Amino acid sequence: MHIKEEARERHTLAVIVDNEAGVLARIAGLFTARGYNIESLTVTDISEDDLISRITIVTSSSAPVMEQIIAQLERLVPVHKVIDLTALGPHVERELALVKVAGIGDHRIEALRLADVYRARVVDATTSSFVFEVTGGTEKIEKFVELMREVGLIEVARTGIVAIARGKEAA
Amino acid sequence: MATELSGADILCEALNDLGVEVVFGYPGGAVLPIYDALFKQKRIRHILVRHEQAATHAAEGYARSTGKPGVVLVTSGPGATNAITGITDALMDSIPMVVITGQVATHLIGTDAFQEADTVGLTRHCTKHNYLVKSPAKLGDTIHEAFHIATSGRPGPVVIDIPKDVQVATAPYRKPGAIQHKTYRPQVKADTKLIEAAVEMLAAAERPILYTGGGVINSGPGASMVLRELARISGAPVTSTLMGLGAFPASSGQWLGMLGMHGTYEANLAMNKADLIVCLGARFDDRVTGRLDAFAPHARKIHIDIDRSSINKTVRVELPIIGDVGRAMEDMVKLWKARQHQKVDLSSWWSQIDDWRGRKSLAYAESKSEIMPQHAIRRLWEATHAKKPIITTEVGQHQMWAAQHFDFEGPNKWLTSGGLGTMGYGLPAAIGAQIGNPNALVIDIAGEASIQMNIQEMSTATQYRLPVKVFILNNEYMGMVRQWQELTYSGRYSESYSDALPDFVKLSEAYGWKGLRIDDPATLDDGIAAMLAHDGPVMVDCRVAKLANCFPMIPSGAAHTDMILDPGQVSGEMNDEAKALV
Repeated sequence: MHIKEEARERHTLAVIVDNEAGVLARIAGLFTARGYNIESLTVTDISEDDLISRITIVTSSSAPVMEQIIAQLERLVPVHKVIDLTALGPHVERELALVKVAGIGDHRIEALRLADVYRARVVDATTSSFVFEVTGGTEKIEKFVELMREVGLIEVARTGIVAIARGKEAA
Repeated sequence: MATELSGADILCEALNDLGVEVVFGYPGGAVLPIYDALFKQKRIRHILVRHEQAATHAAEGYARSTGKPGVVLVTSGPGATNAITGITDALMDSIPMVVITGQVATHLIGTDAFQEADTVGLTRHCTKHNYLVKSPAKLGDTIHEAFHIATSGRPGPVVIDIPKDVQVATAPYRKPGAIQHKTYRPQVKADTKLIEAAVEMLAAAERPILYTGGGVINSGPGASMVLRELARISGAPVTSTLMGLGAFPASSGQWLGMLGMHGTYEANLAMNKADLIVCLGARFDDRVTGRLDAFAPHARKIHIDIDRSSINKTVRVELPIIGDVGRAMEDMVKLWKARQHQKVDLSSWWSQIDDWRGRKSLAYAESKSEIMPQHAIRRLWEATHAKKPIITTEVGQHQMWAAQHFDFEGPNKWLTSGGLGTMGYGLPAAIGAQIGNPNALVIDIAGEASIQMNIQEMSTATQYRLPVKVFILNNEYMGMVRQWQELTYSGRYSESYSDALPDFVKLSEAYGWKGLRIDDPATLDDGIAAMLAHDGPVMVDCRVAKLANCFPMIPSGAAHTDMILDPGQVSGEMNDEAKALV
């Protein structure tokens, strides 16, 4: 007997929650308990009074399961609302990466040149290393990191995706 | 400045303000301040159980039979972990329950202190919500909010973890007004447009069926009455899940019996051939649907549920309606009458149903030499139904036989562990039901294996002079496990024999109960009469046919049309896909 896998689609969700102890554990725990996957998760408080947090989750699943994920999230007591940015339409997705590259000579020059092409900023430098800061969509970040591998990549730190709907309305 | 109370006193005051009369609990180090506060007051009665799991099941039995929330009080660490099975049970079956757990003092949290467990972490997935209260100033409001969450919307268990220093420290307490929660707002009233659509679909259906569940019971006794009215005006047949039994009277001509894995032939076939299924407070559980791709292929479906996440979870429906099922049915009945819909002519649908009824799927081979378990339950029903007894069960064959052969006429009389399937539920649930209904006849229909999982609670019944009756269908097997092994594993009875059983009669006497044994069909009625005649707790060891199986049965992974009606249809082996299903 073999276990079947279902076709999945990728969605970016913004979950607005009360900024209380354990709320992240409730959200993350719901995903593991019900077998949903998390590709990326970011969280930070967003209100003036520090009472509300916005959690951005990138998840992939079949369409019926996606409906379940949203319903299950909305059922959690501290959740104000869940916004399916992917279903809502056009939105901006960005992440930030810090990329450490070490090397001398041609590698060092090539790294700087590529960084310029990708509009990455140098935020730390020694005579044999750089730390670049690059922002953009996931694809751009991944391509940049891939190129850096060839010129002395040492370490990568990424924030994961944050996203917001286009246009003047709040989602 | 208002007078300050200790956290423990705030708890007692808040419970009192919330109308709590009974708490099921067990003391320990981390709840000593609360037990001292309980000692000094007279309004709340504490029932001392013998194991924390039993406190949770007793609270469930109390809640299910009275409609009020069950309240549990246990200590930190093992007190909390022992309660987890019952908390999970209450979550699966939507039982309103508030569990107060003691916790080590705030400065000790995270240090692996004596009897420390991460109770909010452990119970996050088995509660509707939970709290760790770190200040006595927040305790009063938290308790009131916890009861609001446990009892409203889709009910469920809520845990409040209270560190010992918070029980001792003081703060002012005042009773809060009506709770307006900032995020938690369950939708009670259904959308009128959707109700209109539902009424028109029901009025136009040629082969409708009402599929009811535990939500109707949770909605209150009024919901059961309005269900009867909806059935009367529409003329539709009614079936129910295990959790919903009693909402619709079994004596009604429109009653088809329970549906699902051990449901009747007529209920399952009617679901399969219906053109409209109206799901009322049920959730298309796998025990109900059988194989999903073959489930109700001809039916459009209306699903009324207060929990949005229950809708489209396993079965896609054409008309989802979010709201309290009792109120939604009331709206449907009003609209049906306002639009002067007449009862639809369903005579050809009913004649088809009568054909299926003719199969007599609950029939079993009678025996003169041994007691058939189905017969024992039927005789128990004959002897007791006039008294409107409250029936609890454990989990297994006896539970399914009770669901099939014990008829219920009203709600809140049938207490069983449906979703979680917790062996050991029945005796403590019976104790909780008896506490909530002191004058009722409460019977736990049990199996000899399940009853041993919480048998220590006999002592609780003795202490509080609770006249509960335990009727054990003793076949010396974990019968449902044995049945599946017979159906799926060619009768290789791996570890399913109940060896080294205690002498239940002597055990009863040791606990101060009356013990009876029935082992001859000829003395069955006399034995039941003797059980009922005794004004105190009685345990009956009813020796039944050892190898009887529970039919009808839809094997795992099979469709409603593939029911096994009698032992002759059993092949003894199943393929790996079937073996992999629960």
